[in-house]
Amino acid sequence: MDMLADSFPMLLRGLGITLLLGVVSFVLGSGLGALVALARISAFRVLRGAAIMFVSVFRGTPLLIQIMIIYFGLPQLGVQLEPVPSAILALSLFAAAYLSENFRGGILGVDKGQWEAASSIGMPYWRTFRRIIFPQAIRIATPAVGGRFIALMKDTSLASVVTVVELTRVAESIGNANFRYMEAFLMIGALYWLINTLLSVGQGMLERRLGKAYA
Amino acid sequence: MTKPPIELTGIRKAFGALEVLRGVDLSVERGEVVVLMGPSGSGKTTLVRCMNLLEEPDSGHVRICDCAFSCGTRSDRRGRARLMQRARQQTGMVFQQFNLFPHMTALGNVIEGPRQVRNLPMAEAVALGERLLDRVGLVDKRDVHPSRLSGGQKQRVAIARALAMEPEVVLFDEPTSALDPELHAEVLEVIQELAGDGMTMVIVTHETHFAREVADRIVFMDGGVVVEEATAEAFFTRPSKERVRTFLRLVDHSGALVDAPAPRVGEEAV
Ligand SMILES: Nc1ncnc2c1ncn2[C@@H]1O[C@H](COP(=O)(O)OP(=O)(O)OP(=O)(O)O)[C@@H](O)[C@H]1O
Ligand SMILES: [Mg+2]
Repeated sequence: MDMLADSFPMLLRGLGITLLLGVVSFVLGSGLGALVALARISAFRVLRGAAIMFVSVFRGTPLLIQIMIIYFGLPQLGVQLEPVPSAILALSLFAAAYLSENFRGGILGVDKGQWEAASSIGMPYWRTFRRIIFPQAIRIATPAVGGRFIALMKDTSLASVVTVVELTRVAESIGNANFRYMEAFLMIGALYWLINTLLSVGQGMLERRLGKAYA
Repeated sequence: MTKPPIELTGIRKAFGALEVLRGVDLSVERGEVVVLMGPSGSGKTTLVRCMNLLEEPDSGHVRICDCAFSCGTRSDRRGRARLMQRARQQTGMVFQQFNLFPHMTALGNVIEGPRQVRNLPMAEAVALGERLLDRVGLVDKRDVHPSRLSGGQKQRVAIARALAMEPEVVLFDEPTSALDPELHAEVLEVIQELAGDGMTMVIVTHETHFAREVADRIVFMDGGVVVEEATAEAFFTRPSKERVRTFLRLVDHSGALVDAPAPRVGEEAV
């Protein structure tokens, strides 16, 4: 118990950094992912090709390697980023690759009759997307996107290798200080679990609300 | 003399190697009700979809009110898109599967076009929407989402949505085919009333009774061409083509198309 009291401020800071990494990367990754999804379904071959390449690269390589390239590799090219921005950049790109596929699935999951009904009343493409397709695509994509958010929360743990003092790094230093590794990692593991349980509950509530809008 | 609101000439359309429309000429006069009939796969759906350019013919000319298209020429994509939007605002379409917007109420569905495309002010759009919902007998369902409506009610909302654009022509592709038989009448009645009000309509249907009552002209298609065109009376009582006679025998009296007629014993020779 002593150990908990001593490390409490450190723990709180670590929790803050973990949440910061997860939430900011999710928001940035969603924005970028939406653009990639639109590029992926656009009529322009070059855009489609670029989107396919982006997704392939960032899903096909380990997140750990991406983080290391950004933090340790980019300085060779004269781009030096602090640990936290490096981690956020890597996590955002990685999340965007996966989220773009979730969004694309949501958009393609909307019945093609919806596009036809909208164009049959003379609605232009972008307005159809915004008013008719997007609200339905969000609903279809929500479960997968929620799952991706939870996965991202756990992936923030890899930021510890580039010296970001988030929860995992805090667990290591608590363990190093008194060699009670078991307690330290169990406690941190429980914290991740708690965060993600709350996220799951939130997702469930959101899905129910989106469902209500249809009835 | 005013020009017919819809005029198709030499329409051809293939999906890959499959030639679905092989040179169709058809015009629809103002106030006329044309019923399209024909066996499955004869190109009826494809043809009505050409009438609002949801399907673009490979070649031929399409004129929809004041918008004229020469198909098969690759020119000026933007101008074309704008012209298409204008053409579609002048034609309403009612789909077999309704295609209502599930995230909007009945009224929301009806006023979406007036608000977003015709840019009517809210109050005016709502008044129009309520008037149209009343016309299809559903004004009490204005705040209900499509998931809470029966199939017949959904289709009536879809008709109101098409009318909300105040189109010159309304196109129907098998408006009752997705409905249980006991729900057909409520939809057909609405269409019949529109015909009574002088609305120009093109209707694909297998309902022979209804076709006979509502149609000014019946156009029979087979294999991607128009095989016979006649008044409803002539079409049903003295069809001139053997192909039409065979078809009418396969369509039973309730109007349901028998897709694969099982030859009954002793009847094979018919
Ligand atoms: N988008 C498409 N891609 C490929 N083939 C198509 C497409 N749309 C229609 N077809 C084919 O074109 C042919 C004619 O189709 P169409 O839907 O116009 O017939 P229909 O007369 O409406 O038939 P039904 O009475 O069954 O509705 C069919 O063989 C159909 O499979
Ligand atoms: Mg059809």
